[in-house]
Amino acid sequence: MKRGILISEHERTSTPNKRRPSTAGAAETAAAVPRGTWTRRRRRLVSNLTGWSFAGPATLIIVALTLFPAGWAFLISREHWNGFTPPQSIGWTNYQTMVHDPDLRSAVDHTVLFTVLYVPVVLVLGIFVATALNRNIRFIAFYRTAIFVPLVVSAAATGILANYVFDPQFGLANNALRALHLPQQGFLTDRHEVMWVIALIYLWGDLAFSVIVYLAALQDIPQDIIEAAKLDGANRWQQFRHVILPAVAPVTVFVGVWETVSVLQIFELVLTTTRGGPLGSSQTVVYFIYNQAFDLSRYGYGSAIAYALFAATLLMTLGLFAYSKLTKSEAF
Amino acid sequence: MAPNVLTPSAKNTAPARRTKLRFSRWHLFLAPLSLLFLTPLVQMVLTSLTSNSEINRFPPRFIPSALHISGYVRLFSDAPVGRWMLNSAIVSGIAIGSHLVLCSLGGYAYARLSFRGRTVGFVVLLSTIMIPTQMLMIPTYFMFAKIGLIDTLAAAFVPFLTSAFGIFLMRQFFLSLPKELEEAGRIDGLSTFGVFFRIVLPLAKPALATLAVFTLLNSWNDLLWPLVAINDPKLYTIQLGLLNFQGAHHVDWQELMACNVVATAPLQFVQTMSFSGLKG
Repeated sequence: MKRGILISEHERTSTPNKRRPSTAGAAETAAAVPRGTWTRRRRRLVSNLTGWSFAGPATLIIVALTLFPAGWAFLISREHWNGFTPPQSIGWTNYQTMVHDPDLRSAVDHTVLFTVLYVPVVLVLGIFVATALNRNIRFIAFYRTAIFVPLVVSAAATGILANYVFDPQFGLANNALRALHLPQQGFLTDRHEVMWVIALIYLWGDLAFSVIVYLAALQDIPQDIIEAAKLDGANRWQQFRHVILPAVAPVTVFVGVWETVSVLQIFELVLTTTRGGPLGSSQTVVYFIYNQAFDLSRYGYGSAIAYALFAATLLMTLGLFAYSKLTKSEAF
Repeated sequence: MAPNVLTPSAKNTAPARRTKLRFSRWHLFLAPLSLLFLTPLVQMVLTSLTSNSEINRFPPRFIPSALHISGYVRLFSDAPVGRWMLNSAIVSGIAIGSHLVLCSLGGYAYARLSFRGRTVGFVVLLSTIMIPTQMLMIPTYFMFAKIGLIDTLAAAFVPFLTSAFGIFLMRQFFLSLPKELEEAGRIDGLSTFGVFFRIVLPLAKPALATLAVFTLLNSWNDLLWPLVAINDPKLYTIQLGLLNFQGAHHVDWQELMACNVVATAPLQFVQTMSFSGLKG
């Protein structure tokens, strides 16, 4: 599955090679057999038309909704534009402003801190919970359902629920603390706690994703290699560390990249819980972009930050892939 | 393939083992974790059935003394929730329908057909997966404004008409089908379209079901595009409705939770259905 994504067996052997000799032959004998060339050309036209009538609509829509606006966003990012008056081209000024913007700086800090703390936790918890769920014990169906259910709860619904559960006065969280005779907390209203609470809420909705992916990977590990490790005298931890963990390494890279990219773009949960508050202490980069563009009408600046975020994400993704390649070559 | 051969046999031994099942230590971890994950949802449902006077009483109780459906009654008289649900259903319906058609056509083309520009097209598609949504939200907003899509439901479903991910998913599935079936169809005189509609699509039902569930999840739960493009309360999707309802009724927790339950219930239902389908 991992290698088959780009180049499949079928693709490697198929079409181009089949076609090319025939066209070369056609060119040679073109003068001799004009009718044959014509049919061949017609055939190729038909197969091109058929192909594009299958692939065309979807490809066209995707290009129109992603590549085209992505290019336009770059143009906007080099303009000063409020959406009404004609845009002024200001070169790289928006990008220069970004470097010295203290509000953006704090948004970046929150986002990076969030990512650095969250991704390792979700990876470790993901494989641990998946290992726990990957066995035949009583109530396993119940456990699985309970952990997968939050996956379908939307950001808007999660936000309302979180505001209720973490309400400082009558919320369930403070209530539980009271029952345990622990001090009451401000949670989403406390500047120093707000990002932690958001991380916790995000984990609630998102853990199921990594668990599901890991669970599928664990079920694909052949039982014989674990048996073999057992026969060789490996204990539980050694089996996990030296057999299971290397076997799911590609999945770890995938989940790691996926989580990093989605956490760097965290937006909806912030919008529905705190709207960046209190006092900008839960401001994230994408929330900042949204705020600049759609609340303050600074479309040029918003686009510039979006582009910078894209570049950063891309670099980080490529870096993670490169790192995984390196470590894997060490492992082999 | 080898692991797939192994798993059924492992499953077959399971019922036999179940009779002499010992207490597993994993229960000590899984039981509290499951409760922790379920508690907020249970509280959502319970709160939607608790009267506001009891919600505001101190100290709060987890289980209400009496159940009231007044929250739901108030919800449907205060806000056009039915309309919002309908809007969301329309958006998701169109998104799913269009995804199924366009992604299966596109996926089949990139898996099996040969035509000029196929490789370029596929590489372009793959590269768009890397482009994050928030980079597109500003130009897309102005694009929609130019073609008059602002304040229409179309603004909510157009971004979900098709997706590179969907095409990719279908392509991977079609590549896994044995080619001989399609060749047999050709020999029996079917055209490319005939092969696709009569042989390939009927075999693709599981992949199509997966695609439909993913699309439903994404389009139903999407908040960004309606938020950016829709201002008319009549055209709100249920998610946008929830967000604005929260701002307007932040003290009426019972009503708010009722709204939450209504918005979440359809997906919970679909999830339960698809999970039980997977098990069977």
